[in-house]
Amino acid sequence: MSASGSAPSPEWSRERRASGEERATARRFRVRKILDRFFQLLSLLASVAVISPLLLVFVFLLSSGGSSLTWDFLTQLPKPVGETGGGMANAIVGSCILVAIAIVIGAPIGVLGGVFLYEHKEPRLRAAIRFTADVLNGVPSIIWGIVVYSWVVLRMKTFSGLAGGLALSFIMIPLILRTTEDVLRLVPPAYREAGLALGLRRSQVILHIVLATARRGIVTGVLLSAARVAGETAPLLFTAFGNRVWTARLQEPMAALPLQIFTYAISPYPDWHRQAWAGALVLLALVFLMNLALRLLSRGKPE
Amino acid sequence: MTGSAADPKRTALAGGALPQKSQPAFQIEDLHVWFGNRAVLHGVSLEIPARHVTGIIGPSGCGKSTFLRALNRMHEFTPGVRVQGKVRLFGEDIYEPRVDPILLRRRVGMVFQKSNPFPTMSIQENVLVGLRLAGIRNRGLLEERLEEALRMAALWNEVRDRLHAPGTELSGGQQQRLCIARALAVHPEVLLMDEPCSALDPIATAQIESLIRDLREHYSIVLVTHNLQEAGRTADFTAFFLEGKLIEFESTKKLFTNPSRKQTEDYLTGRFE
Amino acid sequence: MRRRERHAGAFRALRTQRDQTVNDHPSDPLSIAHSAAPGAGSLTASAGFGSLLDGGFRILIAGAGLSVFALAGLLGWELYRGAEKALSRYGVGFLTGSHWDPVAGRFGALPFLYGTFVSSTIALLLAFPLSVATALSLTEFAPFWIRRPVRALVDLMAAVPSVVWGLWAMFEMVPWLRQAAFPFLQRAFGWIPLFQGPIYGVSLLAGALIIAMMITPIITSLAIEILRAVPPMLREAAWALGATRWEVIRVAVLPYVRSALVGAGVLGLGRALGETMAVTMVIGNRPEILLSLFAPGYTLASVLVNEFAEATSEEHLAALFEIGLTLVAVTLVVNFLARLLIHNIPFFFAPRTLRTQPMEGER
Repeated sequence: MSASGSAPSPEWSRERRASGEERATARRFRVRKILDRFFQLLSLLASVAVISPLLLVFVFLLSSGGSSLTWDFLTQLPKPVGETGGGMANAIVGSCILVAIAIVIGAPIGVLGGVFLYEHKEPRLRAAIRFTADVLNGVPSIIWGIVVYSWVVLRMKTFSGLAGGLALSFIMIPLILRTTEDVLRLVPPAYREAGLALGLRRSQVILHIVLATARRGIVTGVLLSAARVAGETAPLLFTAFGNRVWTARLQEPMAALPLQIFTYAISPYPDWHRQAWAGALVLLALVFLMNLALRLLSRGKPE
Repeated sequence: MTGSAADPKRTALAGGALPQKSQPAFQIEDLHVWFGNRAVLHGVSLEIPARHVTGIIGPSGCGKSTFLRALNRMHEFTPGVRVQGKVRLFGEDIYEPRVDPILLRRRVGMVFQKSNPFPTMSIQENVLVGLRLAGIRNRGLLEERLEEALRMAALWNEVRDRLHAPGTELSGGQQQRLCIARALAVHPEVLLMDEPCSALDPIATAQIESLIRDLREHYSIVLVTHNLQEAGRTADFTAFFLEGKLIEFESTKKLFTNPSRKQTEDYLTGRFE
Repeated sequence: MRRRERHAGAFRALRTQRDQTVNDHPSDPLSIAHSAAPGAGSLTASAGFGSLLDGGFRILIAGAGLSVFALAGLLGWELYRGAEKALSRYGVGFLTGSHWDPVAGRFGALPFLYGTFVSSTIALLLAFPLSVATALSLTEFAPFWIRRPVRALVDLMAAVPSVVWGLWAMFEMVPWLRQAAFPFLQRAFGWIPLFQGPIYGVSLLAGALIIAMMITPIITSLAIEILRAVPPMLREAAWALGATRWEVIRVAVLPYVRSALVGAGVLGLGRALGETMAVTMVIGNRPEILLSLFAPGYTLASVLVNEFAEATSEEHLAALFEIGLTLVAVTLVVNFLARLLIHNIPFFFAPRTLRTQPMEGER
């Protein structure tokens, strides 16, 4: 601490302030302000550029698809090729069935897997599971279509709604697993402790205390992933395949909204194009509404 | 704003009148701060003398950090904060629209609760970053300031051989002194310290405290602390805050030995908190 | 951030504590064996049933947890099995062959690799600066009231299904590119070979643009998380020194997160490589390597979309499986790299829906 005694005096003089230092500082200050403004403007422009495609898509779908979005469109089956009119009712229902299958298969596995990640003690296994789940989340969804094709479709010798739902569930499992674990980690440890101190079994603590506390977050995670797979086309191309008539039978090819949109979009018929726009509007609205609702739901959660 | 602030002659915030010893560093009049709808400071008026250490004490949540951050307009970065009232730095209202907060903060340095050297910078870069940002390129001047600041922060002897080592390599106490050196290098007039010792061990604390006592010769220091002994050891004047109000402001000696308010006495004798 | 750390700490503390508790716990079979003292009879009886339940539950969750390995195994095995024939016949030459003609039985995947990499790289070059700038805008520059709504829009953008992007691109973007943007580019930069040749609209560049739009929200979201993870005290240090906002970014923020931001970009690249539907709809689907960005191209994922269901010969199908295998390998490597970069700074993978904004202020 002796150094401070010999420190040079900080009594900076008027001369020093008025000399080179102050002039350099004042000159630089103007540049700094300009730079600051410049980068602010740049980042603002970037934000506008990033957001604008979303608005363009929305405006396009509303203006082009809006007029084709009729009651018939929502309730009718597709007309045979070449006839105008008809709708996508079967595809909308099909999408719901496929997502339901995916949730039924994917949600329990994903949630329980998340519980395992939360519960298990061995850190290396946890890291391995987490890593594998992340890797699977990065796999392009069309790959799942191929995998399920060769695993299920080739064996059953038919495209089927079941295969489509399975492909979607494979996408969901690692997603749900990761979000569930994250949500569980936010449960105050004291709750668990209290349960264990009451002499509850570990399974009881998890089911009645941990999962119950995190219920809302888990449901949010499941539904968000459902919203994500509801818009998937690629994994359904070779599994659910699409169907132009009603079917509730899981072992038959099944229509799905994204599939139908794709098929219609690349078709040569203007009427089908219009229906694709209307279908896309429906799909987008569904996905948006789900996302918005879930965001509101999770925001209302007390800390 | 840019034009006037960039001209050093026009506003004292860019240089100008030097602080007089007789003049208070800060004159605070009826300062209110709201976080959203919650009032955190209700009408604080206070004169902080130049070239002295002014301690701010009070239980946690009493608004002492909020008060300190109002003195260099740090609240601007927190959403939903509103500040009302007058804060004069050597006579000039810092909340006036023509005052540039960037020039203000060059004159009012700040040291934080946890030492926060920039992790990607060396010791030297950490000390000089303020000057470099201000546009000083003169090598000789930079070297002079580097040594001066490190000496004033009582760190020079410990780091002179490893000025290019990362700042985060230092011990906790050294890091805090590095942060003090960083604040001093730009030659501020006031130094705001927000519980600078609360994360340090007793030896490092003693070093920083003696440093603060030495610095008061040249600087006006505002020291927020929750440690009464620290205020007693280092501060010339002490202000006691409670629930967003200034309860008492006296010379430290008087406040600690003969407080005039009942609440102050209760706090000092540990009857609440 | 601070709160999360505290949680983690408390959690660790609980872990050890729990482990001790469990060891003393009557329902744990081990401790029962040791503590079969008189008077413990009723405990043992219920514990037998309880441990059975507990055991069953544990097996159940372990099965679910380990299912990711099963999934990964299934994925690898099915792809390998499907591609076996092609692998043994063409080997690595498959990746370097530049002719793809299923009718003639020639299978070279180079055009797809080329198309995938070129479109993704251009997309990343466009998306990365925009995303980082937007993230900076939403964490540092923009007024507070505007940040949340714009952030919500970015999240919504990430939720737009691929096929919807493709639909818009087919009917609006591509015609606009063909009529306005590409001719303009050609006039301005026609002397560069990349911008020469006939303009069709559907093209590598169109594919790159749509990929860029799709990965921008992803990279932006990641970058925002990364920037939020910068300790507030670093920003405060810079502010207190009288730095402007841009200087705060330059001095305190960017150096701290540089590698993580690059990681976010690489993760975006991983997504770009696997983008399927929208790209298929606008890239032109021609298996040739053409230098011009205005020329149609083809990607690994697109060829799967277009040919997989119609592959008649076994060879063709096997070649397509090998394409799938290649696609997985490429995205795997890229994702792995991204994770290495991002995990350089400790944060991440808190659920975004639940993460609270760090509020500094009154302490």
